[in-house]
Amino acid sequence: MIEFSNYDILRNLMFATQWTILLSLAAFIGGTTVALALTAMRLTRNPILQRIVKIYVELFQGTPLLMQMFLCFFGLSMLGYEISAWSAAILSLTFFTSAFLVEIWRGCIDTLPKGQWEASRCLGLSFLQTLRFIILPQAIRVATAPTVGFSVQVIKGTALASVIGFVELTKVGTMLNNATFEPFKIFTLVALIYFVLCYPLSLYSKHLEKKFNVSR
Amino acid sequence: MLYFSDLLQYSDVFLSGLKTTVELTVLTTILGVILGTVCATVRQYGNRASQRIVSVYVELIRNTPFIVQLFFIFFGLPAIGVMLTPWQASMIALTINLGAYSTEIIRAGLASISKGQMEAAKVLGLNFRQTLTRVIFIPAFEKIYPALTSQCIIVMLGSAVISQISVQDLTYAANLVQSRNFRAFESYLVTALLYLGLSILLRFAFNALGKRLFAYRTSH
Repeated sequence: MIEFSNYDILRNLMFATQWTILLSLAAFIGGTTVALALTAMRLTRNPILQRIVKIYVELFQGTPLLMQMFLCFFGLSMLGYEISAWSAAILSLTFFTSAFLVEIWRGCIDTLPKGQWEASRCLGLSFLQTLRFIILPQAIRVATAPTVGFSVQVIKGTALASVIGFVELTKVGTMLNNATFEPFKIFTLVALIYFVLCYPLSLYSKHLEKKFNVSR
Repeated sequence: MLYFSDLLQYSDVFLSGLKTTVELTVLTTILGVILGTVCATVRQYGNRASQRIVSVYVELIRNTPFIVQLFFIFFGLPAIGVMLTPWQASMIALTINLGAYSTEIIRAGLASISKGQMEAAKVLGLNFRQTLTRVIFIPAFEKIYPALTSQCIIVMLGSAVISQISVQDLTYAANLVQSRNFRAFESYLVTALLYLGLSILLRFAFNALGKRLFAYRTSH
């Protein structure tokens, strides 16, 4: 058996952290892209498109992220689509992230007074112009704080990728635990690393919330 | 091709998994909301030191993944002499998790009650405990009830992870079934739909309960 010094443990965990960060970034970028498309579908006021977005949100918010990962990883390969743990994790985290973001953003757009749409129409602005010059600049201000706040959920969500065998922070934690039998120390360290990743984002989100509320 | 009929013979396994998930959800919802109510009250009305302790607890839990909390409690605590069964560890982890989130939600509710209510109650001769239970809590909970119940459903869905420490919940059932008949896609799809059904059902139940609990306020 190999002896692990505290330094070895910490070094391995730090090394694994970069995969957690990378996976979080990929999921967040994928999630925002899909959520943008879904938000656009909602804004068209086409009842069929709106219905599709609603079902999408219901499906991915109403089922566990772990189950979505299993479906993407084991399920798709059963159906003949060979998929790596990396792709399955990104795919399922993208579904998860976009389903929550589209709901968060809907709330933000709904806080803007309806009269603004009507006033823009009276001024002769087209739908896209209204969106670009009137709605989006305001909506983005309102949406920044909750979006940053939600990125914490994305980082925490990546921990589940360990279950399908993606080697990130949590997975390396369990592997080190199996090698060293020092669960208390290792899981404390793992939790602390997640905390160091997430807490600044939480604080920043709170800060943004305050800033935008004061200036309103 | 999909073969759902292969799953029928395992309906008992799914049902018993569903039962465990529901039991744990009901239990941890009750315990977690009680914990959150106590912590939120301390956070809002307690002294500086106790406020500090509660906010450290809330921030620690909210900024770490549930699966790490679960592993810490199940694998980590025995190392310092606290032995727990998988079921106990899950219950504690879920309660602590919901407790932290509900603390934040309930505190927002408490903060939304105007100071005048507190002062008026004092003038009327109510003590602190009476003021809380009769004047503050009910309107506060009515305000945050939708957010609180959504969080309970999120925790229920998050409980899928406890299968990793071999609690025989719904996800454990799915894993078991797919390892027996190698029908991974069908087995996970059915399980995902069961979770979806459960979350829709829970939302209906919470809405019905909410109408009952706060009925007298909307009737006039």
